[in-house]
Amino acid sequence: MSASVDVKTLIIDGQEVSARAGQTILEVAREHNIDIPTLCHLDGLSDVGACRLCLVEIKGSNKLLPSCVATVEEGMEVSTATERLQKHRHTILELLFAERNHICSVCVANGHCELQSLGQKQGLTHVRLPYRNPDLPVDASHERFTLDQNRCILCTRCVRVCAEIEGAHIWDVMGRGIDSLVITDLNQPWGDSACTRCGKCVQVCPTGALFDKSKVGTDHPKYPDFLPYLNLMREAR
Amino acid sequence: MTIEELEQIAESTKAEYAKYDHEINVCMGTGCLSQHSDQLKDALAKAVAAQGKNTFVRRTGCMGLCAAGPLILVDPEEILYQHCNASHAESIANSLGGEPVAALQCDLREHFDQQVHIVLENSGHIDPEKIDDYIARDGYKALVKALTEMTPNEVIQQITEAGLRGRGGGGYPTGLKWSMVAKAGGDIRYVICNGDEGDPGAFMDRSVLESDPQRVLEGMAIAAFAVGASKGYVYVRAEYPLAVARLTNCLREARRRGLLGNNICNTPFCFDVEIRLGAGAFVCGEETALIASIEGKRGQPTPRPPYPAVSGLFGKPTLINNVETFANIAPIIRKGGKWFASIGTEKSKGTKVFAITGKITNTGLVEVPLGMSLRQIIEGIGGGVPDGHTFKAVQTGGPSGGCIPNEHLDIPVSYESLVQMGSMMGSGGMIVMDDTSCMVNVARFFMEFCMTESCGKCIPCRAGTAQMHTILTRICAGQGSMDELDLLIDLCATVKETSLCGLGQTAPNPVLSTLRYFKNEYIDHIVHKRCRAGVCDIRDPASVSESPVSPLEVLA
Repeated sequence: MSASVDVKTLIIDGQEVSARAGQTILEVAREHNIDIPTLCHLDGLSDVGACRLCLVEIKGSNKLLPSCVATVEEGMEVSTATERLQKHRHTILELLFAERNHICSVCVANGHCELQSLGQKQGLTHVRLPYRNPDLPVDASHERFTLDQNRCILCTRCVRVCAEIEGAHIWDVMGRGIDSLVITDLNQPWGDSACTRCGKCVQVCPTGALFDKSKVGTDHPKYPDFLPYLNLMREAR
Repeated sequence: MTIEELEQIAESTKAEYAKYDHEINVCMGTGCLSQHSDQLKDALAKAVAAQGKNTFVRRTGCMGLCAAGPLILVDPEEILYQHCNASHAESIANSLGGEPVAALQCDLREHFDQQVHIVLENSGHIDPEKIDDYIARDGYKALVKALTEMTPNEVIQQITEAGLRGRGGGGYPTGLKWSMVAKAGGDIRYVICNGDEGDPGAFMDRSVLESDPQRVLEGMAIAAFAVGASKGYVYVRAEYPLAVARLTNCLREARRRGLLGNNICNTPFCFDVEIRLGAGAFVCGEETALIASIEGKRGQPTPRPPYPAVSGLFGKPTLINNVETFANIAPIIRKGGKWFASIGTEKSKGTKVFAITGKITNTGLVEVPLGMSLRQIIEGIGGGVPDGHTFKAVQTGGPSGGCIPNEHLDIPVSYESLVQMGSMMGSGGMIVMDDTSCMVNVARFFMEFCMTESCGKCIPCRAGTAQMHTILTRICAGQGSMDELDLLIDLCATVKETSLCGLGQTAPNPVLSTLRYFKNEYIDHIVHKRCRAGVCDIRDPASVSESPVSPLEVLA
């Protein structure tokens, strides 16, 4: 280690921790086994700060900061699970469940869904909001995979993994607001797109929106943990 | 270009106009053009030529009183005519030098006398497509002064001393912003002018760009000198074709005069500006989304920090200011920061341009010193609510703002006081509402706006606005319940506190402010299934049977 490494000390949930300058609050918290819920964040991908579940409170500021992008500062006092934060996380999860058509019992990702397990962890027993159930298509044109828009939470992990890791950038977001949709190429069927069939998007998808056709009716675990390893190996080369 | 050359241009332009006995200024802003003021101008030119009057007919920008358009102003007598059209050209030309045409004369002294024009000082007096007209009215003096007599630091000091705050809505101190960009590392910096005005009922920036584009450009050039930038962008909505055309022309003229380009005024300072058109997304008024849009990416905001002052356009330190902010720069440099700071309140200095629309007699643009009461603006300058109706509320700050009721109209307008009232300054739109407006429906309208304009990136804004809109629609239709109202309040809190950018963070404001002042209207809709303003179409079977008025009576 060079002598110039700048070390910061801060307090997260009452625990004194040290961190390198430039590290995000989320990174440091996880290093110290402090769990902050996330959905759009994935180790190995760039962060967009979109899901708002990782918001934390900083003492002395009324503003909530997304811990996935906010960097540590000397003397910061971070709270990750105050009543206010839990209430907002609860409401955000409800908004996510009610946005499209999330019925766990009939979903291919049942038991391996990050949204589902977050709901369980946060003690979400029911959703106060009416399900919107929009009329959205399913794209099964791809030889191996299927895109079910009804289960998409627009975390854009697929967009990022395709652009940043695979380098194909066939995924993107179309439309705006509540009408946003992930699309392949310029909204061509997935099967006709420039997809390289690597399947990374399926592995990183937190819900059952992207799934492997061969896994329908069976258990469909996903393995997004390969990304940091892949990045490490590439850097080493 | 030196100060002497500038004065020479000014003198010769003034001498050119002094040859005429009269000048007729015809408003050719978008409002008056839509009423064919271009035909009026042609007819006037023909009429004065036919009658042999030694008169110059000039195209100008907005004169402010859009409700009375097309407007023409006859100088040097300063006679203002309203509601003119081509058929009046003969009689107006005839009256020159004699008695004014009484039928057309607009006598609204109290409307104009209470205003203080800094941003709009040239609007309606110069031809927006002629740079020499601008120079004749002290244009570019500030830039030449800054370049030849001041250091960048002195410029920033003047702006800081002036106490100017961002006119786009946030009210961030402009001087502080400039010094942050000036201090940022690296040798490439950018200046961006935010002309993506999207609030419903707001048209200040459009009017400034249409009426006096050179002023904005001069402000940008001074800013670029102060922060050390050599490239600027004007981001303007494609829905403002006239503003874009005049801006394009203005850039060409400024380059021709050597006020844009390399080695301006024989100094090492180089600056050029490019126009970028917005594709119609409201969220692109948010600075990080605007930067993404200029970069050619999807117009979506990114989390701050890093602020654009540190890492903005193409990752370089970037200064973003609103059109009106830049329009204030030249007068500050010309007359000094102290002069500007003498206008306004303690924390909100200078003037603000407001677009007054809705149920108001004098629809149009006004510029007033900050600290003036809302009542004076609405009842004095605005002429009050027409047709014998009573005032109910004024909506300021667009979809991010709130509604202020009658009992709070006496507060002096400033950034702080409006926030205290549950609204905000915003970009300067003021929508006046009378007893025929239903406040629940107003909240529903703004929520619909936020829902359709949300970019969809973060969940609270994307799904939250949609859910709130559903609840508000149900309440408007008489189907809501008190439980849903509680849920609405809950959603407001989450969307406000957790959304990524300003759009989501302020989207609940119209609901919160109407709930604060007009909760009885919500209860009326929910419990009594009744809309007092008669706007909402409530078809609850119970309320229909209760109603003693039969449809036939209504028809009679």
